[in-house]
Amino acid sequence: MTISRRTVLKGAAAAAALASPAFIRNAFAEDPIKLGTVFDISGIFDAYGKPIDMAIRLAIKQINDAGGLLGRQIEHIGYDTQSDMALYTQYAQQLTRQDKVDVVHGGILSASREAIRPTLRKANTLYFYNIQYEGGVCDANCFVTGVTPAQTTEVQIPYTMEKWGKKVYILAADYNYGQLMARWIQKYFKDNGGETVAVEFFPLDVADFGSTITKIQTAAPDMVYSALVGGAHLSFYRQWAAAGMKSRIPLASTTLGVGSEHLVLTPEEGDGIVVCYNYSPELDTPANKAFTTAWGEMHGANTVPNIHELAVSNYQGVMLWAEAVKAAGSVENAKVRAALDSGLAYEGPAGMVTIDPKTHHATLDVHLMEMKGQKLNVIKSFGARQPIDTQLVCNLVANPDDNQQYEIKI
Amino acid sequence: MAGSQATGTLWVLLAGLVVMFVAPLVLETYTLTLLVIYAMLALSLGLIWGYGGILCFGQTAFYGLGAYTYAIAAINIGESTVPALLGILVPAIFAAALGAMMFYGRLSDVYLGVVTLVVTLIFFKFMNSTAGPEYQIGAARLGGFNGVPGFQTLNVPGDPKAYIYDRSLYYVCFLALLIVYMLVRLLLASPFGRVAVAIRENERRVELMGYDVRLQKTLLFSVSGAIAGLAGTLYASWAEIVTPGMFSLGQSAEIIIWCIVGGLGTLVGPMLGAALLGYLKFSLGQQSAIDNSMILGLILVVVVLVLPRGVVPSLVSLWERRRRRPSIRAPRRRGRRGEAPDV
Amino acid sequence: MDLAAVVILDILYSIAVLVLISAGLAVVFGMMRVINLAHGEFMMLGGYTTIVSVNAGINIYIAMLIVAPLVVGLIGLVVERVVIRFLYGRLVDTMLATWGLSLFFIGAASMVFGNTTTGISTPVSGFTLGAYQINGYNFFIIVVAIALVIATYAVLRGTRLGLVARGTMQRPDMASALGYSADRVYMTTFFAGSALAGLAGGVMAPLVGLVPTWGSAYIAKAFITVISGGASVIVGLLSGSVLFGLVSQVFTILFTPVVGEVALLIAAVILLRLLPEGITGRFFRGRL
Repeated sequence: MTISRRTVLKGAAAAAALASPAFIRNAFAEDPIKLGTVFDISGIFDAYGKPIDMAIRLAIKQINDAGGLLGRQIEHIGYDTQSDMALYTQYAQQLTRQDKVDVVHGGILSASREAIRPTLRKANTLYFYNIQYEGGVCDANCFVTGVTPAQTTEVQIPYTMEKWGKKVYILAADYNYGQLMARWIQKYFKDNGGETVAVEFFPLDVADFGSTITKIQTAAPDMVYSALVGGAHLSFYRQWAAAGMKSRIPLASTTLGVGSEHLVLTPEEGDGIVVCYNYSPELDTPANKAFTTAWGEMHGANTVPNIHELAVSNYQGVMLWAEAVKAAGSVENAKVRAALDSGLAYEGPAGMVTIDPKTHHATLDVHLMEMKGQKLNVIKSFGARQPIDTQLVCNLVANPDDNQQYEIKI
Repeated sequence: MAGSQATGTLWVLLAGLVVMFVAPLVLETYTLTLLVIYAMLALSLGLIWGYGGILCFGQTAFYGLGAYTYAIAAINIGESTVPALLGILVPAIFAAALGAMMFYGRLSDVYLGVVTLVVTLIFFKFMNSTAGPEYQIGAARLGGFNGVPGFQTLNVPGDPKAYIYDRSLYYVCFLALLIVYMLVRLLLASPFGRVAVAIRENERRVELMGYDVRLQKTLLFSVSGAIAGLAGTLYASWAEIVTPGMFSLGQSAEIIIWCIVGGLGTLVGPMLGAALLGYLKFSLGQQSAIDNSMILGLILVVVVLVLPRGVVPSLVSLWERRRRRPSIRAPRRRGRRGEAPDV
Repeated sequence: MDLAAVVILDILYSIAVLVLISAGLAVVFGMMRVINLAHGEFMMLGGYTTIVSVNAGINIYIAMLIVAPLVVGLIGLVVERVVIRFLYGRLVDTMLATWGLSLFFIGAASMVFGNTTTGISTPVSGFTLGAYQINGYNFFIIVVAIALVIATYAVLRGTRLGLVARGTMQRPDMASALGYSADRVYMTTFFAGSALAGLAGGVMAPLVGLVPTWGSAYIAKAFITVISGGASVIVGLLSGSVLFGLVSQVFTILFTPVVGEVALLIAAVILLRLLPEGITGRFFRGRL
């Protein structure tokens, strides 16, 4: 048996790894696994991005504290895209070409996902998009761990229709998320025998909704659905309440609360709005308690209220990837993907996350919630909901080379 | 004078070539390409502002228009040669039309600034609201806030499979910049260019001498639009996506800052300003201790207060003063922006 | 019928907002020929001042009508002393320097307050007009805008301070010969302009989600209104606001907010092409 210098070093490293504290272990272990992230940590979307960044760092710290993955530590290489869509491609290129990362978790707005998805596919770098979005992405290289309309809106709309009536007025942000989400809302209303009176789109910098509020009153719907996004659009809820409309026409939203907006709005402005997500900070499960405790220890107890849906799903995304790496015994893209495709599951703060091999989306629990006193109170829970919207159009088992985002037709 | 200008241009070209080969040893070509594109954009504004006295607040209108034209044409055509030409031509024509409207209407100064700014804002607002499926040109969706991704990037003319990217794109961009610089120098040395400078110095007098000031300004504006369009085309090929952000006020502001910091009345100044500040912004983006718009803002204020002529002219005149110290008095040249020599 | 009333109110509101956000810029431009591109950020600082004061327990009306203008006025004073006073008479340089200041304030505010949207509720409750619910705060804004125009007119026309200020702007040398310090008059004017921006920011704050970049949404509009209005402080401001407020609101109601904004911009281009000196450059020449 020949003993090369390398095996000796490996043995030594292994021995060191068992015996020594973290910083020495680092020095001897193999190269770290590189995890790249691109998020809007500053700029107008930072209410979404900051807690996401904290969640990712928490996940990495927990993995590293537990000994890393495959005996290697995880190195976090993160870029802040400053809420500028043009910076996404730039940093994605840098992550793949210069930093040569093993996986990328990134993107908040659907616009940013569509900007970097082709880049990462070309570079054969595994990509996780851990955000609730409008559904339809079909790309073997891209895993989505957030909820889609069929998982949430499909149960939210029958509930609100039964409670409030049949006619809806839709307000949506004017980019791909809002455009497609508005069509989903229309579809589910139609499927349930309802009617859409009007759809209005707003660019992300619109902050004056005065004339819209007048128009809504003229149309007199039974409820308003909002798929508005970002800081400027928050003005709508404020102006709506200021006009005294809260008591007249009820509101439901597909976005409000995912950026902890329920804490920014006063109870008078927010109470009674119905939403439906994968996570609520009020969830009373051991996994959620452990998560919030660990978060408080790392980032300070005062930041615990900032935990939101998107932060949690990114935490779950990183953890799920880590499980897949463990199962695959490698960080190679093809092997990790095969491990994920085997129907891998992970139990996170928001419940069980199971990858659906046909769509590379996740089967998740969802909760119908109502805002009350700056809290998202769970009214009703639905277990293990499949991403049926994407399943209708996408089958990566049959067509592994498919690469597009399907759009819903009405 | 003409002779010294020619040698000056040659020196700049030579220095440019050296930089082109040395820079990749220090920095990633991926980043460098962007800096070169910024330099070209700054050159386009430096030309009309520094030599024509036209302060355009919306140079990004042509930059973005060039990029969008290229992207839309590339999706529809597939091969990149015609789209790239369109990416230069369309902004040039648009600039000529806009320029004609403004200069034949005798707009000047702040009013000209407002109109150019407003035109950029219109583009920005319009492009931002085109997310719906009804906004489609041929096979290309305008995409609103998302922008247009997934178009054919630059290829070797005639061979759509031979992409020019990464290192070769860098060399193409740099050579394009040097060629544009040389052409602009030739233009300025021609009678046309001399009249342009004369207009900057005293518009009324030039007009009384029988030149058509309005036509002159319109043509110069159009040339600048073409250069900005080329910069946009190259940007589109580099970023592989074009977004409405290219039309934004922030981007417009940056171009003006590059020119002011680098120095007006020169061509090298704005280019250097763009490269340096572009690099600064890029490095600041990788840290989060200090907000980077705060630093850019401070730099602009300090430069306006302390070096109102910009860095390059100040350095050059300092150097000339030293060189000429033996002579009793250096000959003074007239110029609104001081004695900055032509470089 | 109700609808007509509501629409008229919407249009008045839209004009009032333009008057509010442009007033400070109009004073500084009309009197001093300085274009303050940090105007939007002065508004933003006014908004934050209001929110911080309200959270500290100060009455909301005092916070937005008194505290915000004072604080922002003082910031303006510092800016005038440190930067602007070196640049009088250099229109383009003042624009660039104040542009730099605007970036600086955005950066500083992001570092202090973070980008997270903050806000307070409006203090006026909604009320019913026929079949419609109306945002009562819109009325408040219309009232503030009217009061502001009257007050500015009264100060410029009726007081000794206004007389001295106008005189200094026309002939600084004569004013100093008569014993008035031109320097001090400029300082006071800039203070007043900044305070008006602070007031606008304070009054608008409860309606919107405030972020550090909030001001840049308004600076372009204010800039266009003031330049199109032309050099006269009050008539220019009013004519610009009425024209653009009307155009943008009518198109917003008929189509969408985006069409409204684009209509405003196109109107500005056409207007400047026809009247290169602004509205008051052609009509109402020499009025205040």
